[in-house]
Amino acid sequence: MTVAAPLQAQTDPQYKVADVAGYTEVSYDAKARLFEQVKSDLRFGDYLYGCYECGICVGACPSAKFYDFSPRRIAQAAAREDVELIYQQMQEDIWECSQCFSCLRCPRGNNPGGIITIMREVAVRNGLASAKEALVGYSRIIYKIMSTGTQVSPDMLGRDAFPDWGPETADVADNLELWRRALPPETMHTTSTGWSVADRTLVELYLIWFETGALDMIAQVDPSLHSILQELMEDRLEEEGIEL
Amino acid sequence: MTIPMRAPVDARRLANPGDEPVVDRRPLEDPRAELLELEREGELIVQKIDREAISVATKYGREKRIQKAHLWHHKSCGQCGHIPGYSTSIFWIMRKLGYDYHDPHDQTSCTAWNYYASATSNTAAQAAVAVRNFAAAYETGYFPLIHCGTSYGHYKEVREQLIRHPELRAQVRDIMTKLGKPLVLPEEIVHYSEWIHALRHEIAAKQVRDVSGIVATVHPACHYHKIVAGDAIYDPDIYGGQRTAVVTGLAEALGAEVRSYSTWFDCCGFGFRHILVQRDFTRSFATLRKIEVMKEEASPDVVLTHDTGCVTTLDKSQFAAQAHGRNVGLAVLSDAQFAALAMGAHPYRVCQLHWHSADYRPLLEKMGIDWEKAWAEFQSDLRRLESGEKRYLDWDDADGLHDGEQPVAGPAGMNTTIEVRDAI
Repeated sequence: MTVAAPLQAQTDPQYKVADVAGYTEVSYDAKARLFEQVKSDLRFGDYLYGCYECGICVGACPSAKFYDFSPRRIAQAAAREDVELIYQQMQEDIWECSQCFSCLRCPRGNNPGGIITIMREVAVRNGLASAKEALVGYSRIIYKIMSTGTQVSPDMLGRDAFPDWGPETADVADNLELWRRALPPETMHTTSTGWSVADRTLVELYLIWFETGALDMIAQVDPSLHSILQELMEDRLEEEGIEL
Repeated sequence: MTIPMRAPVDARRLANPGDEPVVDRRPLEDPRAELLELEREGELIVQKIDREAISVATKYGREKRIQKAHLWHHKSCGQCGHIPGYSTSIFWIMRKLGYDYHDPHDQTSCTAWNYYASATSNTAAQAAVAVRNFAAAYETGYFPLIHCGTSYGHYKEVREQLIRHPELRAQVRDIMTKLGKPLVLPEEIVHYSEWIHALRHEIAAKQVRDVSGIVATVHPACHYHKIVAGDAIYDPDIYGGQRTAVVTGLAEALGAEVRSYSTWFDCCGFGFRHILVQRDFTRSFATLRKIEVMKEEASPDVVLTHDTGCVTTLDKSQFAAQAHGRNVGLAVLSDAQFAALAMGAHPYRVCQLHWHSADYRPLLEKMGIDWEKAWAEFQSDLRRLESGEKRYLDWDDADGLHDGEQPVAGPAGMNTTIEVRDAI
């Protein structure tokens, strides 16, 4: 069953896409199970102590200035164990957070940004619509970091990738290979990675992704990407004679 | 039950084995002491500071020691990838001060940018990536120095999680065993801007360019001074100890004027996922809440900051706002680039300012740097590469020493060649 989005959300292009604004309704038990996953994270107890309702976290929060978003509501919903509201927040709010951790100004020592990190993880692990929508356009980044060990590569600065960064970025794209060879550190003559990462290092990284279940998380939000990464890493580990 | 105030968290939790485990929610006042206690119990290895070090004060008052030399550079993917003059300036300063270092291939990104952006990882994976890198440093004998503010903040989170949660330690130890590595953490987690702060007077002693006419605003990086804030560097003589001392301490040591502005605590607008896939937020926040406010309230020549995302965001976000006629147009540099320029570094060969978007040329002119001449020199370097005379430029080229040029770096004899052993 799908809850109908408010009329404005159906017509106003500023609203989130229907899949998120009118997220799929699930049973209370399903929501409770999601919250249990949040609550059982080993960090949860370190991140949530109580709330004075002072609003300092909201005042410090950059996302609260631009979105209908409040770190205080996140902390309060978690403290009240309001599984209905927490589910709504996991579908609507958590991806607005800037993860700057300005909310750590909380006089009670709450960490709303940290709670959101946990909620995001649970959203990814369970393939919630908000996670899928938030990660549209993000596949290349995930591929890069998981397969090469560096997230930001020079060749991301394609001519058309960042037009809002000005003509200087196009200059970088046009001269990329030559300008990289002009860098004095020998580790940085690369274009497809931030620096040259040793082959053995990558094998160790792949093992970490397998051993911790991090690779499996990708399957829930981007099955195609998961297949590509899994094959790439399994082949490489097999070459090394490592059995999973 | 009685809980000793200074005991390690595990001891506090399990003071009486029959009791329910106590969740100790106080921030760790001395993570170093906790690590050493865990090492004594055989839980992990602590890589010690084993060279000359400078003591600095932290927010919670604990003394933090910054090792001066023999450092393992944990590079930043964002710096190396998109603003490489940030990294090269750090290396260049270290060479000029005569301190040896190791620039490893056996290093991955901390992967925290992706984690904070997409959550496609988990606590154990993040901790294992951190410890793998620390173990790689430990194997070389060089002490880790973290270039990225997010890596620094995230690794401090990881350290706290490993101290507080024995089950996580066990999981990471098991993974490390499979990798043939120990569970090892450094005695201190040190950001490069802390190293620069600790050595700011040595840097100022090598200064060859007068920056007393330069007005700077400082953007303190969120992941430096907000995450596990207790051991960020604070100094009662800088902002009365109410803001972190790094960056500002350096700028003042070099003789620049640092002016405050009302939104200094705001983040830059980076947002992790926003800078890549929701850039309307990033552009708006960076320009409306930071650049415009700085210009209106402080009229600076340059914004100085000390993290990958902050330099990227504040620098790259101005172009679109300029198109809308906003009050932007302000050079953005890392503290390392500013220090290197003050020490005489070449703006293109070392500081690589051609990778920046906001106009830095008025700043260079005010610093007495002929950027047109410098650009012509760099173009000459590029022609040498294009002709096949050289495949890559090196550190001598960075100082213009290949053809008898007087080094832009200033007095002869400042160039220091460092032999870096490949210890792996």
